[in-house]
Amino acid sequence: MKLDLHTLGPLVALVALVILGAVLNSAFLAPANITNVLARSAFIGLIAVGMTFVITAGGLDLSVGSMAAFLAGIAIIAMNAALPGLGSNWGTILLGMGVAVLGGIAAGYLNGALVTKARIEPFIVTLGTMGIFRSLVTWLADGGTLSLDYGLRTLYRPVYYGGIGWITWPIIVFAIVAVLGEWTMRHSRFGRHVEAIGSNDRVARYSAIDVNRMRLLTYVLLGVLVGLAVVLYVPRLGSASGSTGVLWELEAIAAVIIGGTALKGGRGRVWGTVVGVLILSLIDNILNLADLVSPYLNGAIQGVIIVLAVVLQREKRTVEER
Amino acid sequence: MTVLALDNVSKRFGPIKVLHGVDLALEPGEVHALIGENGAGKSTIMKILGGFLDPTSGQVLLDGQPVRFASGPEAEAQGIVVIHQEFNLAPDLTVAANVFLGREPGGWRLDHAAMRDATAALLKRLDTRIDPDARIRDLSVPDRQMVEIAKALSRKARVLIMDEPSAVLTHREVGSLYQQIDRLRAEGVAILYCSHRLEEVAHLADRITVLRDGRVVRQALRGELTEDGMATAMVGRELQDFYPPKGQPGDAPALEVRGLSVPGRVRDVSFTLRRGEVLGIAGLVGSGRTELAEGLVGLRPSQGEIRVEGRPVAIRSLRDAFAAGLAYLTEDRKEAGLLLDKGLRENLTLATLERFGTWRLDTRAEDAALDSATREFDIRAPRRDMPAGKLSGGNQQKLLLAKVMLPDPRIILIDEPTRGIDVGTKRQIYAFIRKLAAEGRSLIVISSEMTEVIGLADRVLVMREGRLAGELDGEDMTEDRIVRLAMGVTGEAA
Repeated sequence: MKLDLHTLGPLVALVALVILGAVLNSAFLAPANITNVLARSAFIGLIAVGMTFVITAGGLDLSVGSMAAFLAGIAIIAMNAALPGLGSNWGTILLGMGVAVLGGIAAGYLNGALVTKARIEPFIVTLGTMGIFRSLVTWLADGGTLSLDYGLRTLYRPVYYGGIGWITWPIIVFAIVAVLGEWTMRHSRFGRHVEAIGSNDRVARYSAIDVNRMRLLTYVLLGVLVGLAVVLYVPRLGSASGSTGVLWELEAIAAVIIGGTALKGGRGRVWGTVVGVLILSLIDNILNLADLVSPYLNGAIQGVIIVLAVVLQREKRTVEER
Repeated sequence: MTVLALDNVSKRFGPIKVLHGVDLALEPGEVHALIGENGAGKSTIMKILGGFLDPTSGQVLLDGQPVRFASGPEAEAQGIVVIHQEFNLAPDLTVAANVFLGREPGGWRLDHAAMRDATAALLKRLDTRIDPDARIRDLSVPDRQMVEIAKALSRKARVLIMDEPSAVLTHREVGSLYQQIDRLRAEGVAILYCSHRLEEVAHLADRITVLRDGRVVRQALRGELTEDGMATAMVGRELQDFYPPKGQPGDAPALEVRGLSVPGRVRDVSFTLRRGEVLGIAGLVGSGRTELAEGLVGLRPSQGEIRVEGRPVAIRSLRDAFAAGLAYLTEDRKEAGLLLDKGLRENLTLATLERFGTWRLDTRAEDAALDSATREFDIRAPRRDMPAGKLSGGNQQKLLLAKVMLPDPRIILIDEPTRGIDVGTKRQIYAFIRKLAAEGRSLIVISSEMTEVIGLADRVLVMREGRLAGELDGEDMTEDRIVRLAMGVTGEAA
């Protein structure tokens, strides 16, 4: 496989950002800061890995941020409700985790079924479910905040803050999912089918691939990963509200695009997505650590990076066609 | 006097030459019919006259002066109007808006009333009851064709090029179309009329040009050619050496089809394919050939009884067809056959990926499969990781054939085996098809090229309007008889 600047572009940008960060502030490379950046990346990162599959198959999911808030809400409600019966122990927490992941499967299935069975544009389906999930969690919280019982919160806390040495659990889970995701996209039959469907779904259908089932599976996979992100997110604050996970969907899509996955589908690059997620969180981190530019301009810089990434992709294509 | 003419025009697409030194002159007040088989070069001629294509060599003459149109609209500005077979109408705009698209009267504010009145007058002249305010989306196909004709009439054409305008019209609408053609002829408009309906050509045309393989083979005035003569001129050539010798099909039935219907496309088709046989299916474009094949292999919902080697099988998906030993090679290589942006390996194994693993695809086995496929089917590619879209048409077709053959099917349906590929590769593909039959496999070859069907097949089924119009074999397999069956012309020889 030939390595060109286009493929390596995101990686080069990431390395440049790390060097820039180290030069600007000596605290940047401290383990505490690295852990913080990586752990915060894990939520978007898990979702973005799933989003890579959905986009590669020619789909889109705008609902993931709201879905995360909704899943966090029902997980907290389930744990609080089970507390009197099960007691303040890991059984209750495992129940909450199960609710989050199963809820993710159900929510992903709903999106996927509306896209494949009811044949509605993914953009419209997930724009709809985005509003539905967001409104449901706000309603469940009665406009306020759903808080996990204090005892459970103490017990659950190490799932976000603990780990092996300074490598916390979210980092470990993200790393495992990223490696499995990259493997699946590149070496498994599922990954090959997903790329084929995104490349030309008619060719896929004429090659005896069950296009609808594969598309549905990508949404379910994304739902599972949103559930997993929620499992790691709930112990961080121990609460959920109508403003949980706002704009996560756009950050996840941005990471996928920066990583070199084509928005029109057909070519997925999970490692690129991981690099994209890291680029986005490093920009945020560096702006907070250095006084160079106001952190309020974070969004503007991320926006420039997204547009730049797409422009570089396009330039590459025209060169190929010559 | 000639308005628009082609002078020694040739056209090639890449390595394929589709027109050879064509001369054609359109006179004012004359209907000039252009006839020929599918692929004879009619649409290329229309596109060159209409300004959509440039000739590779030769000239287009307008009023005796050489011209070169940069685009269709530029030709239209000179009064050369094309009525396309595929409709160029904006489906969400109204009839009136479409008729005046790009030439709307009024300044900043559109003059809706003027457009509506003018459109209504045009439609009345065509004797239709289409509402100028209706949206194209809500119109039937014949009504859309009438709108297309109205749009052309509103253009004040000097030259009108019509591509099978009557193909989708009902009897009554055809009548008013003919009236309008007579009126335009009387007004001195030069009309080029392409059609497959030979009776209509005999009725309308003042002059007839017959094309075959990109060459003008006959020009005649009204009354000089009978329908029979036209059919004979369109076909008939010696090409025995081009095709491999035919084999000896067995007697055992490989595939029996009884009463197969594809809703809206194919009705009640029954036939038997024998072991080792190459069965041709001929018919005009739109006669239901492709739909029949797609219904057989589960790509379209169909009803009917299918038996493979005597056993009844239920085929509801392409998976079921594979399991029953059937395979289908699509006519649409670029949109349904190959992933043009993926490499050769990914394309070859796409339909049979389960053989190469689930969680870890065995790329070495895939490479080995590609090695043997490139050898067996002589696929010539500089690099195997190059995108399939960069291969020549012939090599794409060979790759697609290899992909279809990978599951080792016993019954292979091939739709347009040689569309858009060069002569050398055509011969290779014919040889592959014969070889597969000699191995005891059974093949169905669907083709628009009459000579291909005759040269290749042991027996031919002819389809017309979704039904089997007839079956020919041995000495009866002539182009003349196929054309008659396909077009529904009843002559003495049929």
